[in-house]
Amino acid sequence: MSLFLNQLINGLHVGSIYALIALGYTMVYGIVKLINFAHGDIIMVGAYTAVIALATLGWSAPFALLAAIVICVLFGVLIERIAYKPLRSSPRISSLITAIGVSMLLQNAALIIFGAQPQPFPTIVNIAPIRFNSIQISFITLLTVSVSIILMVTLQGFISSSKAGKAMRAASEDYTTAQLMGINVNTTITLTFAIGCALAGIGSFLFCMAYPAVSPTMGSLPGLKAFIAAVLGGIGIIPGAMLGGFVMGVAESLTKAYISTTMSDAVVYGILIIVLLAKPTGLLGKTTSEKV
Amino acid sequence: MLKLQEIDLFYGAIQALRSISFHVQPGEIVSLIGANGAGKSSILNAISAIHPISSGEILFENHSINKLPPFRLVEMGLSQVPEGRRVFSKMSVLENLEMGAFTRNDSLEIQKDMEMVFAHFPRLKERKKQLAGTLSGGEQQMLAMGRAIMSRPKLLMMDEPSMGLSPLLVQEIFDIISEINQDGITILLVEQNAQMALSLAHRAYVLETGRIIKSGTGQALMQDEDVRKAYLGG
Ligand SMILES: Nc1ncnc2c1ncn2[C@@H]1O[C@H](COP(=O)(O)OP(=O)(O)OP(=O)(O)O)[C@@H](O)[C@H]1O
Ligand SMILES: [Mg+2]
Repeated sequence: MSLFLNQLINGLHVGSIYALIALGYTMVYGIVKLINFAHGDIIMVGAYTAVIALATLGWSAPFALLAAIVICVLFGVLIERIAYKPLRSSPRISSLITAIGVSMLLQNAALIIFGAQPQPFPTIVNIAPIRFNSIQISFITLLTVSVSIILMVTLQGFISSSKAGKAMRAASEDYTTAQLMGINVNTTITLTFAIGCALAGIGSFLFCMAYPAVSPTMGSLPGLKAFIAAVLGGIGIIPGAMLGGFVMGVAESLTKAYISTTMSDAVVYGILIIVLLAKPTGLLGKTTSEKV
Repeated sequence: MLKLQEIDLFYGAIQALRSISFHVQPGEIVSLIGANGAGKSSILNAISAIHPISSGEILFENHSINKLPPFRLVEMGLSQVPEGRRVFSKMSVLENLEMGAFTRNDSLEIQKDMEMVFAHFPRLKERKKQLAGTLSGGEQQMLAMGRAIMSRPKLLMMDEPSMGLSPLLVQEIFDIISEINQDGITILLVEQNAQMALSLAHRAYVLETGRIIKSGTGQALMQDEDVRKAYLGG
């Protein structure tokens, strides 16, 4: 029982990081219908930024986090402007291939600049885990899960009630009609990339606190898992990304504990395949047809 | 108020509009009628800058608007009710109206205009919180019109507001268009229902395969032999 609870807590920990990253995939897909394959590499960009700020410049953790967020947002917005915007009216496949290209560019640029050798992420907090009998929760876990939940609630509030959030929903549903409302869709798209990358920046920092090795390809795996989480929950649906992230994290950690550590990826992909076979639009995706 | 000069518009290699010229004066209701595929929606989308024109000039209140992005045009007072209503189906009636007022920041006045929209369309008021996708076709048309009015347009363009509605509802919609016009909003109306469109319009243009082939007052075109044959069933 305590093994189960401990693993469940671990699952929520990684799951909340997947969820933060998945939000970036799903928000961008919602509005420009693009799977931004470079999103995972934004995690790597954030991680190197934080390492430089912490280790090289000797900044304190909050400033390093802020630097990671700012640089991630900058990268995300620039990538959209330079690589994706010119292709907005081209066939979907062109921007998809471009996204893969941007991902490779970022990884290889990092390889040239920083080398292949993983760099250690400095230890920031050294607080003893909290124990209830045989269950223990590390401070990092507590921090990660609560920060993620606060961010998700805030984001949900922003999307549902603010003017800019409503514009994002309108543009996701009907790009042309959003323009007819006087919504500047370019601004809305920039904002979407910025929010997604800010969340990735925070996610990257939390990820590095748990897995303190920074390397050029470190973003690929969490990026891929977060993408799967977004699809699992229903791509384009914001609560879906959150749910998908947690489901993925918990499934992965329970598989590692009870089945096999090497099988966890297979199980995760298996869940994805089963869910998509049963419900092609994802866990929270709607299958009802709309009135025309 | 609005003036189009020799507009050409292409979709790839297909030319949809050929040297379209017409104008709308302040306070008028001007109708564009024509068969399916004549290019009516293309004209509205050219004016709203949804699709670029390849040559010609569009003037709004004596300013060239050719190169302006769509949102600037809404700010200037040009609003469109698109073909097929296109309400935001996953948003509530209230949120749809708020989107109509997107370019405005005067929240008190927005509130007043919302009441004014509800006065025109009482049925929307009862359904404020309902998701727009669950409204009936007629209610969606009312919402699309209300939403466009929320931007306080000087010129309101409507693309086939009567499409798919029962005769009774068509009459209601046309009465409201007339009311909106009397409130001081100039109207450019695209319609297949030529009977209604011509009886309502001060002036009208007839479109055939991307060209304007006739123009005149609504009354005159209703008497026109060719127009009667082609669009009014004899
Ligand atoms: N996005 C597009 N791509 C290619 N061709 C298009 C596109 N939109 C319209 N067309 C073509 O342009 C011509 C004019 O279309 P348009 O929609 O303006 O006609 P319409 O008069 O509004 O017709 P309807 O009464 O059926 O709405 C048609 O031949 C149509 O097939
Ligand atoms: Mg049309």
